[in-house]
Amino acid sequence: MLYFILRRILMLVPVVIGLTVIMFAIARILPGDPVALAAGPNATPAEIEALSHEFGLDQPIWTQYFHYVGGLLHGDLGTSLLTRRPVAADIAAYLPATLELVCAAMLIAVAIGIPLGLATAVWRNRWPDYLSQVVAIGAISMPRFFLGLLLQLCFAMWLMWLPLGGRLPIIVIPPPTVTGFLTIDTLLAGDLHAFTMALRHLAMPAIAMSLSPLATIMRMMRASTIEVMGQDYVMTARALGLPRGKIILKYVARNAVSATLTVIGLYFGWLLGGTVLVETVFDWPGLGLYATKAIVSQDMMPVIGVALVIGLLFVLANLVIDLLYGVINPKVRYS
Amino acid sequence: MTGPLLSIRDLHLTMTSFDGAAHVLNGIDLTVQRGEIWGLVGESGCGKSLTGLSISRLVPTPPATYRKGEIRFEGRDILKLPLREMQDLRGKRIGMIFQDPTTNLNPAYRVGEQLIDVALAAASHDPSVLGCPPGAGRRERRRAARRLAGEMLERVGIPDAGARLDNYPHEFSGGMRQRVLIAMALIGRPDLLIADEPTTALDVSVQAQILKLLKGTVADHDIGVILITHNLGVVAETCSHVAVMYAGNIVESGPVSNVIESPAHPYTRALMAAIPTKASKRGTLKGLGGTVPNLITPPPGCRFAPRCPLAIPACTAALPGAVDLGADHRAACIRLEALEHV
Repeated sequence: MLYFILRRILMLVPVVIGLTVIMFAIARILPGDPVALAAGPNATPAEIEALSHEFGLDQPIWTQYFHYVGGLLHGDLGTSLLTRRPVAADIAAYLPATLELVCAAMLIAVAIGIPLGLATAVWRNRWPDYLSQVVAIGAISMPRFFLGLLLQLCFAMWLMWLPLGGRLPIIVIPPPTVTGFLTIDTLLAGDLHAFTMALRHLAMPAIAMSLSPLATIMRMMRASTIEVMGQDYVMTARALGLPRGKIILKYVARNAVSATLTVIGLYFGWLLGGTVLVETVFDWPGLGLYATKAIVSQDMMPVIGVALVIGLLFVLANLVIDLLYGVINPKVRYS
Repeated sequence: MTGPLLSIRDLHLTMTSFDGAAHVLNGIDLTVQRGEIWGLVGESGCGKSLTGLSISRLVPTPPATYRKGEIRFEGRDILKLPLREMQDLRGKRIGMIFQDPTTNLNPAYRVGEQLIDVALAAASHDPSVLGCPPGAGRRERRRAARRLAGEMLERVGIPDAGARLDNYPHEFSGGMRQRVLIAMALIGRPDLLIADEPTTALDVSVQAQILKLLKGTVADHDIGVILITHNLGVVAETCSHVAVMYAGNIVESGPVSNVIESPAHPYTRALMAAIPTKASKRGTLKGLGGTVPNLITPPPGCRFAPRCPLAIPACTAALPGAVDLGADHRAACIRLEALEHV
């Protein structure tokens, strides 16, 4: 078990090397001068050169690379040209917002997708099944930012049930940071009003992000449930008189979920990297927004940093899924 | 009531497929008494498994339709029972064992858990299964079920049964898994056990052990067994009676000794002749010419006629009825007299 986890974490090393090399190469290939952009329109060539020297950008790229990797070993992700702050500190500030959003979206997707998939498989080829298939295809095919806009129009503009964007209204004092998840921190601080506010802000972006994983998880769960229901052991359970409810909720569900887990893990990583549009639409101060700003100003250090952190989380999410797989399916337990 | 445990009368089953309706069971008659082990033999696709599944009403309808006939279990027609009452028979009065022990246990649960669930389901029908007082609480019933599960595993010959309850199916060998499945089928104390090719997927040495176990169970509990197999050797060794099926019909039935020693129906004779013996030379395996008929457009009259060496025009006129040969031995053939002289 420990060996398995260690091996998986070691697999991160080539991922990190690959990511940094590619990102550095792209930074070189991209046209334009990020230093000039950062120095401002009125900077003199001497000023630009000074800034370039300050950030070490006048050195050959491999020197820059080794310098960067050396810093990486100490947890230093470089410095942003634009904010002049360490990238690591910036990411630490923006990451919880993104994680909170992704976790909430996945929670919705799993909590609704799994039971719905099971139900549509059990009542397959009847109208609830057809209806859910149509809705699912709609949800998968609709771009998330567009869905976000629709939600905003409906719930924020017309019905005025939910706020348009942001994480908390300005007038609410944010709770002391413990986890960085506002919904959890407000609860820890015992501030119910702020908690409701945080939840209301979280609702729309989370729903917008959750729909396509929800639909995929539901379809996946439906397919694997149908497959499991055709298994011999289900026939045996029926032949030996187990109640139908018990067969489905206990014997079928567990086996079907283990097949669906893989998709859940992949989606988790995919959402992490795909928050940009939703964060932009909902003005959600997360990694996506941060990365967009950095990309627009060709500020490569934050971009590399964000890519690394997302890659890391992706691998970790899939590690967790693999471990869960062992919990659900005893046959793949790691010894 | 001293009627038969199970009596199937003139059972007709049709399966709807893309090509049309297939008449897969074409008038099955079978009577099983307590203490009897009936072997149901025949080639693949002759309807033996469907007959077994029909007794537990596990054939999905549609695509299947029961067009005629009845299956009476202790006098009650199973095909007309409401699903709830059928549920009370499954696992409690009628136990089933299937062919492949590797796929018939749920891989995600410990075998003890699976045994306990069957025991608890059986107890909901007959509380005496667990041996608990009627007002026993949930936890007490579960404890009793676990104790019973351990006893059952021990009875089917699993060493260190109590500890093995906490193992997962993949931690057992094939033969041990089949033993677990037999324990599961017997834990609800059924009166009729249907074993669908229970030894086909096992080694020959393990086969013998499992068959011995089945035989012992019948002696201990006085239950009726239907053993579905395509292996005449298994039948000869284990069964008290045998019914030979061909293309949805029982062509010959009776006590094993009578049928094996003096097979009457040409199909049974062909089957017996196909068994290689010490006398047969290498490379001279005897088969039966022709193939199993298409059941969507079955041949008229006797379904075996197209492959039968003794067929005469009258054979294709009508389905032959069973001819009583004495001592419960019956064969459905109109050429029996001709056969006597062959």
